[in-house]
This record gives sequence, C-alpha cells and structure tokens, in this order.
Amino acid sequence: MATVDNPSSSASSNLDAVNGSSSAAENGAENGSATSPKKRGVPEGLWIKCPGCSASVYRKEVERRANVCPKCEHHFYVSARERIAQVLDEGTFEPMDEHLRPTDPLEFADRKRYSERLLSEQRRTGLTDAAITGTGMIRARRVAFAVTDSAFIMGSMGSVVGERLTRLIEWATRENMPLIIISGSGGGARMHEGILSLMQMAKVSAALARYDQAGGLFISVLTNPTMGGVAASFASLGDLVFAEPKALIGFAGPRTIKATIGIELPEGFQTSEFLLEHGYIDRIVTRKNLKSEIARAIDYCGK
Amino acid sequence: MDLAPGLEFEREVFLLETQLAELEKQTDRTPEAEETIRRLRGEVNDALRALYSNLDPWQTVQVARHKNRPYTRDYLNLAFDEFVELHGDKHFGDDRALLSGFAKIDRFKVMIVGHHKGRTYKERAASHFGCAHPEGYRKVMSKMRLAEKYKLPLICLIDTPGAYPGIGAEERGQAQVIAESMFKMSRLQTPVICVVIGEGGSGGALGIGVGDRVAVLEHAYYSVISPEGCAGILWKSHQYAPKAAAALRFTSRDLRGLGVVDDVLPEPLGGAHRDHRQMAACLKSYLTRTLTQLEAKPIDELVDERYEKFRRIGQFIEEPVAPAAAS
Repeated sequence: MATVDNPSSSASSNLDAVNGSSSAAENGAENGSATSPKKRGVPEGLWIKCPGCSASVYRKEVERRANVCPKCEHHFYVSARERIAQVLDEGTFEPMDEHLRPTDPLEFADRKRYSERLLSEQRRTGLTDAAITGTGMIRARRVAFAVTDSAFIMGSMGSVVGERLTRLIEWATRENMPLIIISGSGGGARMHEGILSLMQMAKVSAALARYDQAGGLFISVLTNPTMGGVAASFASLGDLVFAEPKALIGFAGPRTIKATIGIELPEGFQTSEFLLEHGYIDRIVTRKNLKSEIARAIDYCGK
Repeated sequence: MDLAPGLEFEREVFLLETQLAELEKQTDRTPEAEETIRRLRGEVNDALRALYSNLDPWQTVQVARHKNRPYTRDYLNLAFDEFVELHGDKHFGDDRALLSGFAKIDRFKVMIVGHHKGRTYKERAASHFGCAHPEGYRKVMSKMRLAEKYKLPLICLIDTPGAYPGIGAEERGQAQVIAESMFKMSRLQTPVICVVIGEGGSGGALGIGVGDRVAVLEHAYYSVISPEGCAGILWKSHQYAPKAAAALRFTSRDLRGLGVVDDVLPEPLGGAHRDHRQMAACLKSYLTRTLTQLEAKPIDELVDERYEKFRRIGQFIEEPVAPAAAS
C-alpha cells in the first residue's frame, strides 16, 4: 500500500479521520455562503435537478415529500428545524440548553477567525450551534431528542454540541426517557476548537455509557453525511442504529482514504447500504417512515 | 548515543555533537582536547536547553515524530520488568499497530496496551506506522475486559498518527470500534492511566485515551487532527502545516491549560530520543506513583471521578436564561 512505500505521506495523509470528509464538505459550505444562502437545502427555483437521478423535479413536490425526490427517492438535505417538524408531533418540541453559546477557546484563525465564522454561520442558519436538543413527542411517546444540522460548520461537534448532547443524555437518564439522536455531520470533531472538540467524543460516549447502564433506550439515526468524530462516537452507539438511504457514513473521508491507498474506492463505498451489508446498522429507513419506525421500536422495547 | 541528523532546527547542535563524538573516540587525549570536550559539552547542553525550552508547535510535532523517539516496545523493555504479549482479537486478526499484554512494573501486575509504530522497516510496514485497524481496537477491548475481570490496572501508551484510513478499516467498523472503546473505558471497573508518549492523533489516540489520569510527555502532542490534515482543509495546502500546528494549540503546555491532561512528564534535555533510559525511568516513576494513588481509591469513586473529569471538558458561554424564554 501507498503508506508502506512512503512513510512521509503516511504521517500526513492519515490523520483527517475524526474530521471525516470535512474538506469536501467545507468547500460546499463556503461556496454556499458565498453564492446562495440556501445552497445546501433544496435549491431555489421552480424546478430542480435531482443529484440522485438527474431528473428535473418540481420543487414543491419535493418539499411536500419531506425533501425526497419523487422519481428516485434521493433524500435531500433537511435542516434541523425541518427535521423536528417531520419527526416530532406538531407543537410538542421544547428546546433545552438554548442559552449555551459557542466561544473561541483557542482564538483560532485560519483564513477567517473562528469567532467571525461562528457569527456568519449563526446568521446564515439561524442556529446558535450545530445541535438542537430538547424533548417532544413521537406519536404521543415522550422522548429526549437531538438533531445535528450539517449546514452549521459541517454539523461538526465542538464544546456546545458536546455539552448540549451530554446534558440531554443526563436528563434522559434521570427521567428514564427514550433518546433519539438524528446525526448529520460531514465535519466530525470541529477543528476550530481543537482538542476540546476531540474530548467531546469521550464526554458524550461516557454519558451514553451511564445511560445504557441505567437501562435507557437510544435510537441513533444516521443521515447524509455522518463522518469522522461524530460517527466514531455517539452516532455509532445506539441500541438501534437506523440510517436514511444512500447516506455517506464512515470514519475517514473518502478523499483521505483515496489519498492514502491510491486506488479507486469501490462503488457504493461508505453508504448506508454498505454499512448494512457489513453489519453496522440495523435498518435503512426512508424519511417517510422514520417517525413510525421510531415509535414502533420504542414500543418493542417497552419504553 | 546514536547520532542521527534529522531535525532541521537541530542542525547546529548536531554539528557540535558530531565534533564532540569524534574527540571522545580518541583514547589518549591531550589536556587541550579534554578542555575542548568540556567546552563542547557545555555548548551542546546550552544549545539544547535554549532550543528545547522553547520549541514552537511545529518543532514539537517533529520531535514527537522523531524516528529515534522511544516507542511502546522501548518502554516495555526499559520501564517494565516483564511483558507477556497477548495477541488475539478473537474476530479477525492480530493488528501490529496496537500491542497488548500482561506486564509487571515495580510491585504492580498490570495490563498494558499501546500503539507501536515500529523501529525496523518490517515492523513499520506491519503496523502501518502505528495506524491501527478495527481489529486492533477489538483486541485491546478484549484485554480491557480481562483487566477488569481480574482487577489488573490498565496502562495505555498512546502514539499514533491516527486510526488507519482504508477500505478494510471502514468495512470492519473503524468508527464503531473507536466509539465502543471509549464507551467501555469510561466505565471500566479498574484503574486506567493513559500516557501520550509521542503522537496523539485524533480518534485513533482517544480510542485508548479514556482514563483516570491522562498524561502527556513534554514534547508529545495530542490533536483533533494532524497539522497537515488541518492545513489541507482550512488553508487548502499541506504547506501550511506549521501554521495549523500553532493554531491547534496541542502542545503539552496548551493541553494542561485547556484542562485536557492531568500531568506533563518532563523529557530529558534535548528530547526523549536522546536518552531512552532516562525517559523510561521518568515514565516508570510516574506510573508507579499514580498506580499507588489510584489503588487506594474505591473503584466506584474512581469511575465516578473519571466521568466527572471528562464531563468538565469544553468551553462555552452560558447566557442567563430569562424566566419565560423557554421557546
């Protein structure tokens, strides 16, 4: 393999793992903010081209179907707020820990200051950070609920995402409440908060271990994309792991892997279907069925 | 000591050291030669002290990756009295990037797991330069269970550029095993000490990094991403790795300041690669001292404190909540 022949490249090319495919995704986010603020959602315009089947589809029709292509079932991006509306019973969501705000502990600056990046992401998405947590009902079953929005700095996990999830899990442990986390993160652990982001993986996983010991039911739902440090922590720790069809899910980003091993990646590599085949997820669930599938699983587990 | 050129910023020291080694080789030395040796020794030490008391983050990365830096196997030889390697992951294969086994240190019997980059070409090829596959994490998880069952304290030596990014690694659940390992370590019913001895490369490092004490060697680093990876993403070129290294705040001093590590172990003058024995002695004394402290605590208390320790990590602003601002 390439790394064996070339020690220096192994040292440099190997390491993007917890940050998953953030480079590709980062490009998307940045271009998105520069050109059109809604690029990551269903594109503007009456008709849109589906990236799944290349067909021109009527935008209203896509939106009516929870952002799923009527021709090929391609699952478009949905924002955290839309997700709440899709999964929870209307008007039942009560947010928690909205008062937590991200800060810039490292005074990190790449080509842009992190503190400025946070402000522009907040303005662009209307979110304070990449995760929304709270409680709500799923077909009249009360749950602890979290969703990460892959539009906010790639849905990456920094201190606020880690803290909100941990508080939610601790609350669910005390209240003996089923826990649902819907993940969408191309970024994994957020680079801009450095080692503190990495440690959120341990913090959230430790909270889940306590929740598990107390008998809690955790259903993890993976959406496109779930990569790096998010995949390598809470997203993989569900008692049940569901995934939307054709989502990109994995540890290292495809570009990193390709750069390391120097060969083309197989068709369908790191998709939901690939993970199902290799035994890492329980069910592929279409968006239309997600709510009823979650409710049914809760009932089976007697929660 | 094996003189190896390597670090660009050490060039001057290297020239002095070479000169010194030449003189020291001579058997009958004139008084003048003796004097020169004394003077050169002084100069080497002064130069090393000046360099190493003030390494910048990118230099730290190079020291942490130095090819003569002591690896897990060196510590097993120098700091431990016995090592009985245990290989099996009972699933797929024997990953050479993560070693595990019984070991004795002072009066303690322990379970040790550690990344091993490898000294020889063959070893390095077999271990992918210390980048573990899922079977490595499965192997060490099975040894952790054994340690818990038979009340052996667990020692984890961390030294990896990162978990291996490859097709097989993804097929066999790289993300899942790292998550599972942290999940299990957080509640492991035995004392756990983790020491970053070289590179603490993101998830691959944290996969064996959840302990009652987390220490880092003075010139090791522990980061969410490699400086090259970070530079590639945020600056669009690996060339900016030194910039990324500074921005990521991952040196031992930063790590302690951020509350991520409990202890920093001092390295010999000029870095661990200059004196394996002294470094191993320092590690040994740290481990035996810490094992003594940890064994004195009831295990429930220890596991609760381990939780709280990670629970506290993170920085954010908590805005005052207005009474009726629930939604």
